[in-house]
Amino acid sequence: MNIMLELYGLIAIGATALAITRTIPVHGLLYLVVSLLALACMFEQLGAPFAAMLEIIVYAGAIMVLFVFVVMMINLGQPDQLREKGWFAGGAWIGPSVISILLMGLLVYGLNHNTMAVGTVGAVIGPKAVGLTLYGPYILTVELSSFLLLAGLVSAYHIGRRIGGNS
Amino acid sequence: MMPIVWPILVIVVTVFGVLGVAALSTTLERRLLGVFQDRPGPNRVGPFGLFQIIADAMKMLFKQDWIPPFADKWVFLIAPIIGFLAVLLSFGVVPITPIWGVAGELNVGLLFVFGMLGLGVYSVVLAGWSSNNKYALLGGMRAAAQMISYEVFMGLSVMGVVMAAGSFSIRDIVEAQTNCWFIIPQCLGAVIFLLAGIAETHRLPFDFPEGENEIGAGFHTEYSGMKFGLFYLAEYAGVALSSALITTLYLGGWHGPFLPPFLWFAIKVFLLICFYILLRAALPRPRYDQLMSFGWKVLLPLSLLNILVTGAVILLRAGV
Repeated sequence: MNIMLELYGLIAIGATALAITRTIPVHGLLYLVVSLLALACMFEQLGAPFAAMLEIIVYAGAIMVLFVFVVMMINLGQPDQLREKGWFAGGAWIGPSVISILLMGLLVYGLNHNTMAVGTVGAVIGPKAVGLTLYGPYILTVELSSFLLLAGLVSAYHIGRRIGGNS
Repeated sequence: MMPIVWPILVIVVTVFGVLGVAALSTTLERRLLGVFQDRPGPNRVGPFGLFQIIADAMKMLFKQDWIPPFADKWVFLIAPIIGFLAVLLSFGVVPITPIWGVAGELNVGLLFVFGMLGLGVYSVVLAGWSSNNKYALLGGMRAAAQMISYEVFMGLSVMGVVMAAGSFSIRDIVEAQTNCWFIIPQCLGAVIFLLAGIAETHRLPFDFPEGENEIGAGFHTEYSGMKFGLFYLAEYAGVALSSALITTLYLGGWHGPFLPPFLWFAIKVFLLICFYILLRAALPRPRYDQLMSFGWKVLLPLSLLNILVTGAVILLRAGV
């Protein structure tokens, strides 16, 4: 196995874990940027430099800057940090963690269930082949990822609504 | 042995070359501003004031390196480093002569430059945020909006060159200009790229993130010593990068008669840096909203038009 690829993978996982657990929003966003950069390095190692550069330009360079911009605009301070700490207290994180780990187990199963022959690194793979693989053998993984996005959407709505109710 | 030593030599010389150019252009700027404003400028240290940069560097290094107690320490520390590294890494894909260049033939070279420019925005934004100072925050927010907007026009204006050369590799783009420099067919793109380059390096007249008559010193209000020095160096390295990019993308890179390739590249970059300094001396600063509306209302349609016309011309030529 490619050692650099695994190293970038570890960086991505570690940075993502830190992004979730930081209580200062800007720090969390910075770790997310690190994670996206590590992902771009992984794309590059797998022989997809174009995808790697798009990952940096679009996600790390544009979308995350807008996130940082918005966080700066609303200028979160000490009270928000305390509230974020409160969300971690009292075992509130146990339930979501169990569900997330279940989902992660399913995702890993979906990825390993249909082991595709890994092509030679650097070989050109067209968009059609990517699409067919994504919606053929890996359909379970794709659908599970959409679960995750939906869960994120619902929780964002929930958090936003509760703050609105208080004020 | 040779295959390992050569790339390392190229990398080390390029890095120190960029540092040297950035440092020397600070002195060059002060001397040239003196000329433009009919005064001597710094001419006391060494011949023609050339050693002024050594005096400046010593001052920067020996100043107290102070981190404000209310700042976010780690973000405050890494912000200038991000900015400088982003510019330095971009130089890696700029080919200087046919045989000199760290990774000039990288097939996504131009995209790499834009990626690094995108990451460079973090430097200014995070410096503004971590300083925990309202002027710095205003500067950082201006920088975010300005640099992201002008990155759009910069990327769009370059697409004409990429379409004409048929490659994202900067070396291929230079090779495609053997007969005709792209500044002639792509003159509109070149002008947009130049303007976006000024906004992207936040130089005068577009230096709103640090507009000193409105928001103190902007994003680097709280910075002192060598951390401020890094911002300062990154700005001049950014000017050099912008000049090097215009040279390679529009002015034929190392191509030119009689003189050796490196000399041609150096002359073009030097003249462009002087042009940047002249702009600073000659033009007043517009208002921030004028800059943004100029970008979205004028530069965006023009750069889209540039792509449209270039595409149509290429299609028509292919059809004949």
